[in-house]
Amino acid sequence: MNTFADQLLVLVFLLNFMVLGTSRINIAIRVVAVQGVALGLIPSILHDFSWHLFLISAGMIAAKGVIIPTLLTKAVRSIGINREEEPYLGYVPTMLIGAVATALAFIFAEQLPLAPQHKELLFVPAAIATLLTGCLLLITRKKAISQVTGYLILENGIFIFGLLLADSMPVMVEAGALLDLLVGIFVMGIIINQISQEFSSIDTSRLTSLKE
Amino acid sequence: MEYMVNIPIHLLMIAIFPPLLLGVINRTKAFFAGRNGAPTLQPYHDIIRLWQKGSVFSPTTSVIFRAGPVLTIAAIVAAALMMPLGNHPAPISFNGDMILFAYLLGLARFFTIAAALDTGSSFEGMGGAREATFACLAEPALFFSLVVLARISRSISLTGMLNDFPPTIWFGSGAALLLMVGALFILLLAENCRIPFDDPNTHLELTMIHEVMVLDHSGPALAAILYGASLKLLLFGALFIHITVPFRSGSFLLDWCAFTGAMILLAIIVGVVESTMARLKLTRVPQLLIAACILSAFAMLLVMRQTS
Repeated sequence: MNTFADQLLVLVFLLNFMVLGTSRINIAIRVVAVQGVALGLIPSILHDFSWHLFLISAGMIAAKGVIIPTLLTKAVRSIGINREEEPYLGYVPTMLIGAVATALAFIFAEQLPLAPQHKELLFVPAAIATLLTGCLLLITRKKAISQVTGYLILENGIFIFGLLLADSMPVMVEAGALLDLLVGIFVMGIIINQISQEFSSIDTSRLTSLKE
Repeated sequence: MEYMVNIPIHLLMIAIFPPLLLGVINRTKAFFAGRNGAPTLQPYHDIIRLWQKGSVFSPTTSVIFRAGPVLTIAAIVAAALMMPLGNHPAPISFNGDMILFAYLLGLARFFTIAAALDTGSSFEGMGGAREATFACLAEPALFFSLVVLARISRSISLTGMLNDFPPTIWFGSGAALLLMVGALFILLLAENCRIPFDDPNTHLELTMIHEVMVLDHSGPALAAILYGASLKLLLFGALFIHITVPFRSGSFLLDWCAFTGAMILLAIIVGVVESTMARLKLTRVPQLLIAACILSAFAMLLVMRQTS
């Protein structure tokens, strides 16, 4: 079943590029949701069936695929902004940097002293590339809500790395991580609303100057 | 024996088949627009009509303008001799011919641009500049794809890569191939000036690319350009079809029929894409081409990793 997991990871790579290339926040949120669902499927495919893994999968799909996207879409609708107009770095340069980062992730993964059964799989490069994509989004985007998608992708990268150990990872740890994430997104949603009410914009570059 | 039959069929295919593809595309577009449309064989009539006409050459143009279409068509036909069609070895095949293939097409493009610049018209110069810019972005995608194919087949000639492309590869490295097929389809549309990139029908708008470069050509020169464009579509289509439809029957006649059918189907797909999509804003075109480059580069990365 490893080949099928590999195809899903290729999909994850592609979704990374899509998020980097799109200017529409709604599409970015949906892409992140699809990525979450794809990742949620992997633990059940990779290992033999057990309730433990089923719970991890179900929790991941519910949180990343349904709840968080709904919250974010609501936030976007209430703010009434759908485009990231002027990122710090244009879309084509970010895509190119993303491609270079992906290539570097592959090279870096080759160097790591991995267990022999993990050497051939795409998991480690996928994890590193997804982490870097998340970082890139956090750095280059101005709107707070795009930065939230960056944060989500970053967390997806961490999840991919965790997949290698999914068998021995207690449900409580995964549930705790997802709960943290959920609360984080919730808080961010509230903050974004506050920012947009206060400044009538969610451009974080405006937050650098202090006012009386 | 089979060899003796295949080469004439190959040549016949190059000579006669390409304009039909344009006819099928136009027919599909007409169907989607609810019109009757021109007859499917219209491009042939166009080419014959243009061929019988005289030519007008502006006094400001030099010999380059006259040589342009001739060299273009010569380069494309030479490239066509290296591309295997319908599961048969190409008439000319040697190690490394994939590089020559790519740069013969590059040469054809160079002379189209040079002839456009030679007229001294700023309008045509603009088209030439656009063509050159987009070609720079499209070329890496083609080369990355060729490297993927070379790596999979362990051969560096087009015939070795594409002929007898085993369907089992789709199970082994399907993801990489799927990425590459996506990149190749974008490339096919971009290189042949089809709709998301360029509109082959307009002669008025400021966003056109290919059509603006050939505005000053007339008569037989224009016929040659029209035929060359359709032959280029056949070449990229053949590259695409060899990978997506790895159908092998054993009987060579059946293989040719399958190839012809697949080509016409591809023309219909291109027609559907053209009817359902709007042309991209000119500033978005490089973005899509870079996406194609990334797709194919990523496919290359996957294939390299798998076999190393």
